[in-house]
This record gives sequence, C-alpha cells and structure tokens, in this order.
Amino acid sequence: MKAEGKQAIWKEYQKEIADDKYFYVRSCVRQNFFPGSETTFLRILREELGKDIYEHACHTTCTGIGYHGDIVPVDTMMTVVARQFAMMTEAGYENLVPSCITSFGIYTEVMDTWHHFPETEQKVRDYLWKATGREFQIPKNLAHASDIVFKFRKEIAAKAKYQLINKETGKPLKVVEHIGCHYAKMFPDKGIGGAEYPYVLTGMIEEWGGEVIDYPERRHCCGFGFRQYLVQANRGYSMSCSHKKFESMKPYQPDLILTNCPGCPMFLDKWQYAIAELEGKTYGANGQGIPVFTYEELAGLMLGYNPWDLGLQMHQVSCEPLMDKIGIEYNSETKYHDKNGNSLGVPEKPTVLKVSL
Amino acid sequence: MNRKRVIVIGGGIAGMESAANLASMGYDVTLFEKSQELGGHLLGWEKLFPTMRMGKDVVKFLDKGVHLAKVNIVKNSNITNASKNGNLFTVSCGDGAKYESEALVLATGYDIFDAKRKEEYGYGIYDNVITSAELEEIFLSGKPLLTTKGEIPKRVGIVHCVGSRDEKVGNVYCSKVCCVTAVKQSIEIKEKIPDSNVFCFYMDLRMFGMHFETLYKQAQEKHAVNFIRGRLSEACENMDGSLLVKVEDTLAGKPLRMSVDILVLMVGMVPSEGTKKIGTMLGMNFGANGFLKSQDQHTMTSISNIPGAFFAGCCGSPRTINNVFADARSAAMMTASYLEAYDIEERITYI
Repeated sequence: MKAEGKQAIWKEYQKEIADDKYFYVRSCVRQNFFPGSETTFLRILREELGKDIYEHACHTTCTGIGYHGDIVPVDTMMTVVARQFAMMTEAGYENLVPSCITSFGIYTEVMDTWHHFPETEQKVRDYLWKATGREFQIPKNLAHASDIVFKFRKEIAAKAKYQLINKETGKPLKVVEHIGCHYAKMFPDKGIGGAEYPYVLTGMIEEWGGEVIDYPERRHCCGFGFRQYLVQANRGYSMSCSHKKFESMKPYQPDLILTNCPGCPMFLDKWQYAIAELEGKTYGANGQGIPVFTYEELAGLMLGYNPWDLGLQMHQVSCEPLMDKIGIEYNSETKYHDKNGNSLGVPEKPTVLKVSL
Repeated sequence: MNRKRVIVIGGGIAGMESAANLASMGYDVTLFEKSQELGGHLLGWEKLFPTMRMGKDVVKFLDKGVHLAKVNIVKNSNITNASKNGNLFTVSCGDGAKYESEALVLATGYDIFDAKRKEEYGYGIYDNVITSAELEEIFLSGKPLLTTKGEIPKRVGIVHCVGSRDEKVGNVYCSKVCCVTAVKQSIEIKEKIPDSNVFCFYMDLRMFGMHFETLYKQAQEKHAVNFIRGRLSEACENMDGSLLVKVEDTLAGKPLRMSVDILVLMVGMVPSEGTKKIGTMLGMNFGANGFLKSQDQHTMTSISNIPGAFFAGCCGSPRTINNVFADARSAAMMTASYLEAYDIEERITYI
C-alpha cells in the first residue's frame, strides 16, 4: 500500500466547512440508539470549541429511510427538507449540520437537484408555502457533523487527555474506519477524501494517535442497507454483509471500529453478538468483540469524558478492554446507573460473546 | 528554386512517416520532437500485435525513412508558439529559434490515460496494480514479471477498457488497441510463466483487425487464457499484497470475487497535452472527445479547419500502428496536394 497515493487523492477531495454558527439536525436512529453521541457533539462544540450551534425542537425526520425504501415520494421528501430549511432560515442560521449520513445524502441530493432543475425548487417552494405558509433560504454551507469534528480534530487533539495509543506497548492502536454509504458514494466530491479512500474518519484517527487499517472489504456495506434490514425477511442478508466485513478485517487484529453513519455502529456492534450466538464466532481478543464507536464517542473518550455519559454502556461489545488498553479511567460500578445514581439493572450475559458487565 | 517548406510537429510514428513521405517528394521538411529521441510511444512497446514482431524494427524503418529523405530534425524542442500569418506558419521554440513554412502537419499523438482516475482500481495505491504500458516496459527491459515482494505471480488479472468507453471518467470512445493488446500481453505472460493463470475481464472483445481474431483464439486454445465478460467494480488489497477483485460475470450471471497477484490495467488513449497545446495555438477545431476534428469525418480526414494545417495519427483519434501509417501517408498526400494548389474543398457539395 502506497500512502502517498492516498494522500494525492485526499488532496483532490477537500470541501468547504463553515467555521461557526451551525443549525444542527438530529438523526432518527442515533437519538434513539446512541443519544450520547449527539449530546457529546453539542458539548464538544459548545464547551470545548466555543461554537454557536442551534437545534430546533420542531425539526422532523428528513424522510430518508422512507425515501430510499420507496415508501415516501420524492416530492414529499423535498417538501419536508424545505421545511427544515425554513426552520433554519427562521432561526437566523445559514450553515446546516445533519447528524445523520442519510440526511446528509438527502440534503445534498435535494440541493444538487435544485441546482440543476430550478423549476423543481420553485415547485417545492410552492408546496411548502401552501402547506405551512413558510419560506426558506437554501443553506450556504452543508457539512455533516463528522466534517465539523474533522475540521476541529487538531483542536480536539490539543485538549485531549488520551491518545489512541496502547499504553503498554506505546504503539498506535489499529483502527477500522467505516464512513457509511450515503456520506460520499452518491456525491464523492461532497465527502472529505472522496468515496473510494475517504479521509474524514482517517484524519481524526491519525490526529488522535491511531493507525488506520485498509482491509479488503473496507468499502462493503455495514449490513444496514435499509431493505436488507428493514424488510424482516432480508435480515440474514444484513448479517452476512457484516459477517463478510468481520471476516475480512479480523486478520489485521483491529483494536476498534470507528463509524460515521447511524446504521453502521448499530449493525457492526450488535451483529457481533448475533453472529457469536449463531456461529460461536467472535472477532476480538479472548472471545470478546471488536468495540465499535461513533466519532463523537471517540472524541469524548479522548477528551476524558465519563464513558457512561457518552453512552458506551449501550454498546453490545464491551468498550472496557479498549479503555484499559489506552488507560482511560472509568467506574465499572456506575455503568448501569441513571443520572441520579439509581441502578437500572444489569443486562443478561450473552452465551458466547465475552462482555464486561 | 526554393523548395516549399513543411513543419511536422511530433516525432512518433505519424510525424516520422508523414515527414519522410513529404521530404521524399522534395519538400523541405522540419520535424519537431519534444524529447531527445524519435519514435514516440513505440519506443515503449516490445512486441507488436498481431505478429509479435519487435517494435524497434518499426522504429528502425521509420528512422531510415526520415534520414534517407533528409528531414531536418529538431529534438528536445520546446514549442512556445505556433501560428499562421498570411500564408505562412511560424513556430517558435524556447531557445528563441523561429521556423517558417508553407504547410504544417500536426502529429502530436496521444497520452496514456491516467489510471489513478479509476480510483476504485487502486492504481498508485495498491502495490501490485500496474498498467499495460508498465507491463510493456517490463517486457522491454527483459526483466521477469514479479510481484513487489519479488515473487512469480501465479494469477494475473487483466482489466480491459480502463479509461475507455467509460462515462464516469468522461471518455465514451473506444481506444481500439486495448482489447488486442490484452490478448497479446496475456499470451506473453503465459509464455513467460506457463504455470500462471491469466484472467481477462472484458466488456466485449473488439477484434476488428486482420489476424486479431486468430490471436484471440490462440490465447484461448493454446494458452488457456480465461476471458470473463464483466467489468470490475473494485479492487482491494489483501494482507499479502495480492488483489481482491470484484466483478460480475455477465455470461454466468453471477457476481465473482477472486484474488490475483498482479492486476494489469489496459489503459486507453486520451488526447495528448501537446495536441491540446499546439492545436489551441493554431486555432484548430477539436471534436467532442477532445481529439482534433477533421473537416469531414468521411471525406476530409487529416484536413483541419486551418488551410495548410493537417494532422495525422492519434491526435485525431485512437489508432493502431498500421492505421497510423496509412493516416500519416494520407496526411502527407493531402499536404503535398495543398502545396501544389489542389483544392479539395471544391469537391464538397452541400445538400
């Protein structure tokens, strides 16, 4: 593998990312399954970086899952997107930051469609006006939340308490990165580093001390793929996609997987449990899994945030072995406590996958 | 009596052959070559399809042509300006020298498609992905074909149409020579490494030239080269440096994954930087694919929109060597007839 070849490609795929004053739109999947990630993103931006980031209580789904699942028609999707833009405009913001990769893909697609077909934009403006009486400006800047973390990766590194380094060996941790299909596969020039050799997560990993693994099935789907999972009969297909990736990355002995998209951490994390139950196979050391993180969780860990505030207790694959490797301090006793210190109960142990409870 | 002068730009097959023909007709011909050696891309090819004769034999033939006809040769030329003023063409070089002529032949050839643009194939990133031009260099050097670890490859994959017939990279045209080059190179690999397996991934095989089909048949029957109809979706590097390729076998109707030790990309032809530069200086018309455009696709080949300026070879479109010879001689003929005041345009009838 020639690093300079990748660096040359990375140089070609740069994008403009606004410096401040963001209108944040949350993800349907993430706020349910990884709510700690979005909270952490807001905390890092406000408390560590001193940025102005605003979110509106009335924003809704972008309809992306329904749209890609052939349930929501394109006109409906565009009108819902126009409504989000209207809320951004009303709040006095111009820079849109979606938390979800699919939303990022949807907003990119809508803006690109309107750029090429102004009459479609006008039609959607009419729909929105008739339905809600609202008007909107198209965002001046659209950046995914990971683009923002990428932009400020050096600032985060400067404040970090930990690095992606094995405290025993002093060597960089080996990290698998997975950017999610809708980040750059549809519009390669809208993703940092493009679609084939994306740099958005790699840039964070390298800046925070880790080393990225390029394994043969790196580009393969995480296993979500919408219809693969949402249509119940297809779930075996979903799991076989994740399985293919685990089999491909295992020989490289990754210390962790870093993800970008709402679906990827969910499937790469939870299918490790399911595969272990079905096939008795695990992919980490000593019968454990490979821990999977969102970029906000990882940034929070580097900054020394309490892992249970990040929501790491929600993961199927335990994060403790990785935290031990880095030397991150944590309190096992409060892992399953709520904010008031009350015990929420401890989950059942899986039969095969070794976990820390 | 003063001889009429012709400037020929580009010292590859087309430039050398048209210069030799024009000089042999008695014109005062000056041939410009940007590098220090005449021969162009041909210098990089070892054996030529379909006969497997040596490329250097053809270079010798061309060389003899320009020397016997006493063509003035300007090597290492750095042309900074080319224009037509009145009936005279003027070419200026970086060293301050100026040349004038009554006619001009542009033979600035092609560039090899930059395989890095097909990012998903990993050229320039994965160790064992090479281009057909690089494979030819290896053959020419006499060195064995080895992986970067120095091992003899057991499996070699050959990808057709890299940068040709590909809307994604903006090249919709066929580069003509790649199919048969793949057949030729796969035979050469099998001859050098008989135990190896060679897989050609193709869209369709365009064996249009005389004897191409025979060569293709020979590759299958005598050398057991595997031809798989399907385009690669991606190549990835395995831990041992081999390449995992994903392709759809469109005859079997199945997706296919396999590993190869070396992956050879059949890079196509693109309009050369020299063609763009000098063609623009002269005000020549370019076609939709970026090659020079003739006045009529059927009847006015080699004839540009600038009276007295002609073009030959791959600056007009991708061509095989024998097509370039024919084109170069045709361009020489058109140039000579122009200098003898033959007005071909008089024959054009607009319906």
